[in-house]
Amino acid sequence: MTALVPERYAVAFRLYPYAKSPDQDAATPVRRKVVIVGGGPIGLATALDLGRRGVPVVLLDDHEGAGLGSRALCFAKRTLEICDRLGAAGPMLDKGVQWNVGKVFHDDRLLYDFNLLPEGGHAFPAFINLQQPWFEKFLHDAIVKAQAEGAPIELRGRNRVDAVTPAADHVTLDIMTPDGPYRLETDWLIACDGARSPVRGMLGLSFDGRVFEDNFLIADVKMKADFPTERWFWFEPYFKSGDSALLHKQPDDIWRIDFQLGWNIDRAKELEPANIRKRVDAMLGPGVEYELDWCSIYTFQCRRMEKFRHGRILFAGDSAHQVSPFGARGANSGIQDVDNLAWKLTLVLDGTAPESLLDSYDRERIHGADENILNSTRATDFITPKTPVSKLFRNAVLTLAEHLPFARTVVNSGRLSVPCTYDGSALNGPDHPDMPPRTRPGSPCPDAPVAGGWLLQALGRGFTLMTINAEAPEQVTAHGLTVPRLALATTPEIAARYLGEAPGAVYLIRPDQHVAARWDRYDEAAVAAALAKALGKE
Amino acid sequence: MLTTTPNLTRPDESYAALIATHEGLSEAESHALNARLILILMNHIGDHAILTDAMRLARDPKGQG
Ligand SMILES: Cc1cc2nc3c(=O)[nH]c(=O)nc-3n(C[C@H](O)[C@H](O)[C@H](O)COP(=O)(O)OP(=O)(O)OC[C@H]3O[C@@H](n4cnc5c(N)ncnc54)[C@H](O)[C@@H]3O)c2cc1C
Repeated sequence: MTALVPERYAVAFRLYPYAKSPDQDAATPVRRKVVIVGGGPIGLATALDLGRRGVPVVLLDDHEGAGLGSRALCFAKRTLEICDRLGAAGPMLDKGVQWNVGKVFHDDRLLYDFNLLPEGGHAFPAFINLQQPWFEKFLHDAIVKAQAEGAPIELRGRNRVDAVTPAADHVTLDIMTPDGPYRLETDWLIACDGARSPVRGMLGLSFDGRVFEDNFLIADVKMKADFPTERWFWFEPYFKSGDSALLHKQPDDIWRIDFQLGWNIDRAKELEPANIRKRVDAMLGPGVEYELDWCSIYTFQCRRMEKFRHGRILFAGDSAHQVSPFGARGANSGIQDVDNLAWKLTLVLDGTAPESLLDSYDRERIHGADENILNSTRATDFITPKTPVSKLFRNAVLTLAEHLPFARTVVNSGRLSVPCTYDGSALNGPDHPDMPPRTRPGSPCPDAPVAGGWLLQALGRGFTLMTINAEAPEQVTAHGLTVPRLALATTPEIAARYLGEAPGAVYLIRPDQHVAARWDRYDEAAVAAALAKALGKE
Repeated sequence: MLTTTPNLTRPDESYAALIATHEGLSEAESHALNARLILILMNHIGDHAILTDAMRLARDPKGQG
């Protein structure tokens, strides 16, 4: 039975075992509204977001749950905020490890340490460390909960997509299951099938960018050592276990260790447990007891598709863009794709917005992908200098960093993943010069404490009219939407983050909690016009 | 704006000091020192536009930046 859909990798959590669907016996292919290919973090989050918005979705994956193995580890604040909107953040926060202190070493010297010192007044920390399979499991738990509350989400394990045939107003899929093949039609297809995206391949679309000529050995080790919960990064470590090395804490006494091995290596040999142990022993020092939990060797690339929308097919997550992991931007940026896409597709499907709104997904998330690729590329170039002169400058920076704070600002072992601001987006409405730049149109709303909780939790699922020291009706109806008002008191955080020098403020906030437009007072016509713009009606 | 008109208060002394700083260093050590020196001066200047003007001029002295 499994021969028709063999496992390509081991599964850590079996979440959606294969069950035969009536669709498989239908005489003619059943037409679905939205089909998602891939049940990694991005596919699961997409299903969850759309399902909670009432959009019927079918998710297909050729496995039955979360893949085992060492991949994503650091999940950023914005990801947690989005997962919170999706009802999944609580367990992530409970299980995840929080950290604030990082140390940077060169050879055998501690160059400096830093504290992330997250800004106060946010519900979520800057980062948590959590193994990717757990992240996926918590998203799945939230799906099960949403299903129980009536969200029309269907997950189909051991359903492998083998062919994709686009038509003007739908897409036909050939799917293989343990019971043999079947066909499905869908109005919209979202490809979340990962960096090797078979869907992308079937459509003959390119995926261009840079491959970094370096191998990284990722070893997750289990140990009870009392290293502090900090991120330790070595350039050219004295223990000679690699050209760079990273030690980072995960839940369950697991530590993530990365060794940069160089380009010309014998992968099989490097993966022999005895050889991995040699490197780990040299790093941890004598007498430290540990078990190897999971090890693999990766090469990294930075690349993206030219367009994320191809008619009725939308690409999200690693299928659309791939970055090196320095700065933890892979899954974190994919979750922002979901955040951007789900509300737009929902409004297109119910006829509130024109189909062209989806082109803004393409433009806004390409903007985000380019920012992530730029940041990851710069970090990779700093960590793995490609020319002698680049190495000369890199090491000069490290030498200076031990004594001179200015040089520490140049040291780049991965810049923390922060969400991108959609500057220049066609959806952006008017800005106001007296208000803080960080909340200009296109920006993700910074969180803040508000009466009874947190600002981001107080924002609705749809658009919100947020007012500070300004009169406005309790709701605004325009362009087929009713936008509720959220009136905020002028706390120090709200003033600093949203008011600036203005005496009062009115913000139109998008369903993905990005600012659409802002004014210093309410004007019905202006709000309606900005809403039309944010719906792509121009 | 990048200053390209004469600006050194004591040109001969500054130049001699630069050469003297390298005295006794191997070629590799000299390169490393130069790199550190550039970084220190970059920080002193600070302004990104001036720095990139200087880099362009260094790459192509005939181009006048
Ligand atoms: C070493 C390493 C460290 C990383 N660290 C971080 C980090 O700290 N933070 C971070 O944010 N990101 C990190 N990443 C990146 C992160 O792992 C990816 O960005 C993330 O997994 C992308 O999710 P996805 O859902 O787009 O794709 P995937 O997780 O690859 O999921 C794709 C899914 O599609 C399924 N599929 C494929 N083909 C088919 C088919 N034909 N039919 C049906 N299903 C199919 C697969 O089985 C799979 O379940 C790291 C990556 C690596 C390698």
